[in-house]
Amino acid sequence: MDELTKKAYRLRRDIIEEVYRSSAGHVGGDLSVIDILTVLYFRVMHVSPENWDSPDRDRFFLSKGHCADALYMVLGEKGFFDKQEAIETFSAYGSRFIGHPNTEVPGIEMNSGSLGHGLALGVGAALAAKMDGRDYRTYVVLGDGEMAEGSNYEAMMAASHYNLDNLCATVDWNRLQISGATRDVMCSDDLGEKFASFGWNVIPVEDGNDCGQLLEAYEQAAAVKGRPSVLIAHTIKGKGVSFMEDNKSWHHGVMTKEQYEAAVRELEEVCNE
Amino acid sequence: MNKITNRQVICDTLLEAAGTDEDIVVVCSDSRGSASLSAFAEKYPAQFVEMGIAEQNLVTVSAGLASCGKKVFAASPACFLSTRSYEQAKVDVAYSKANVTLIGISGGVSYGALGMTHHSCQDIAAFAALPDMRVYLPSDRFQTARLMEALLQDSLPAYVRVSRSATEDVYGEDMDFTLNRANVLMEGEDILLVACGEMVPAAFQAGKILQEKGCSVGLLDMYCVKPMDEETLLAAARKAKVVVTVEEHSPYGGLGSMVAQAISAHCPRKVVNLALPDGHLVGGTNTEIFAHYGLDAEGIARACQEAMEECNI
Repeated sequence: MDELTKKAYRLRRDIIEEVYRSSAGHVGGDLSVIDILTVLYFRVMHVSPENWDSPDRDRFFLSKGHCADALYMVLGEKGFFDKQEAIETFSAYGSRFIGHPNTEVPGIEMNSGSLGHGLALGVGAALAAKMDGRDYRTYVVLGDGEMAEGSNYEAMMAASHYNLDNLCATVDWNRLQISGATRDVMCSDDLGEKFASFGWNVIPVEDGNDCGQLLEAYEQAAAVKGRPSVLIAHTIKGKGVSFMEDNKSWHHGVMTKEQYEAAVRELEEVCNE
Repeated sequence: MNKITNRQVICDTLLEAAGTDEDIVVVCSDSRGSASLSAFAEKYPAQFVEMGIAEQNLVTVSAGLASCGKKVFAASPACFLSTRSYEQAKVDVAYSKANVTLIGISGGVSYGALGMTHHSCQDIAAFAALPDMRVYLPSDRFQTARLMEALLQDSLPAYVRVSRSATEDVYGEDMDFTLNRANVLMEGEDILLVACGEMVPAAFQAGKILQEKGCSVGLLDMYCVKPMDEETLLAAARKAKVVVTVEEHSPYGGLGSMVAQAISAHCPRKVVNLALPDGHLVGGTNTEIFAHYGLDAEGIARACQEAMEECNI
């Protein structure tokens, strides 16, 4: 296993600790999106505590803000704050590590959590880069259930209208949402075609939990000029913890002590390989 | 009769400021003409963003631009800006404290004959309820210019509502203006009128009618509905026996509600709220609608007299 994938597994272990201690969070989506976040923060994006004040840093917006639990672990690992503080206080009374990204947490650009906002924030940041002649890139991560929000399509239209090739979206296409299969709730099987019909460059990622495939896709996206790119990353909800995988009840399920111990065992086995 | 609209003044102020500040950006939703911002789009195309008829996107993209250092002025009809994009205003502008000024054009019943879809008689209540959102309804062109100059100097979220038609002058070029400080237009001891936006000139005329009848009238221009200038309000209210509020808004959650809340807490006395009714409004021009509901000078004066009679003044 390569070092990046191993890092994602260690972060999964952190997420399990964080959500178990708090009896909160959205563990299923955390585990599906964590590889995407790991690749972005540790290979793709130029953003760190050191360049946070620079106007040239890359911009990131987590549109599926309910997976803040995963983002906090990545930002902590990146050195924006003490990760242990986030693990211990996530969703606790008075904590800044609340259930959705907020700007009191270092490393968060804008508050998010209400679905269907992140892509338009990304359009604004990418437009600002064009206006100022800056080279930074803007990344937005969305959920597939979230794509039922109409505001996304306004943002898709504008991104393409303004030829925002400095904007890259990723859809964490894990095919499950709170009520069940996305296909049954509001079908988005043809999401790639929808983006393409709006003028976007669409990059399907066969295994969106494979860091190598993701990295290659982000490199492809950065090379495309004249239009925005989107990765449709086929992921597995709950990836890495077998009893959670592809099971909607883990959208925001709370683990028993036994389940927690089983999840830790399974993840540590991979980390120690 | 003044012919210069407040929206035109907003454009003129932005045109002047944009010449020396490249970070000023105007965003519209197919509303550059209605907002009188076509001249800005023509003169500074690189600082103008057209979003099409997509008010949700208008507001969130504005917040995204602001997150990268832009000073954004997003203009759209108040009816859509305050309802279609309300959540975007709440989350992306107010909650994130984005440097975005939302400009609600053709506010209230400016589009009177177009019907309820195009009225915005809930915008004060809606925006005032958002933490970190300020709400301004300037009265005349001079106050609008001073307000815009002040907002250009700060970086906090704000909502500004202006009317479609020109408003009668209340002030002159040399007016006193302090951001978030109400303007005292008349001082008196029988009745205190508190108005905002386009209702200020009507209240001013009403005040004159009442003065001619021997009444001692106070009048406050509470253009800063939020943060409301409670200090000036309470000082004036303490001198008066009755307070009458006047607004182009629903009777709930607007200027009248907020004034009554402050007065009942600090210096209780009778407060009468003159507003549009909670219901389907009659069609017509804004002037006709104001007269219909007693929001013209004569109607306001009449309501004041009735209130004084009820209090045996």
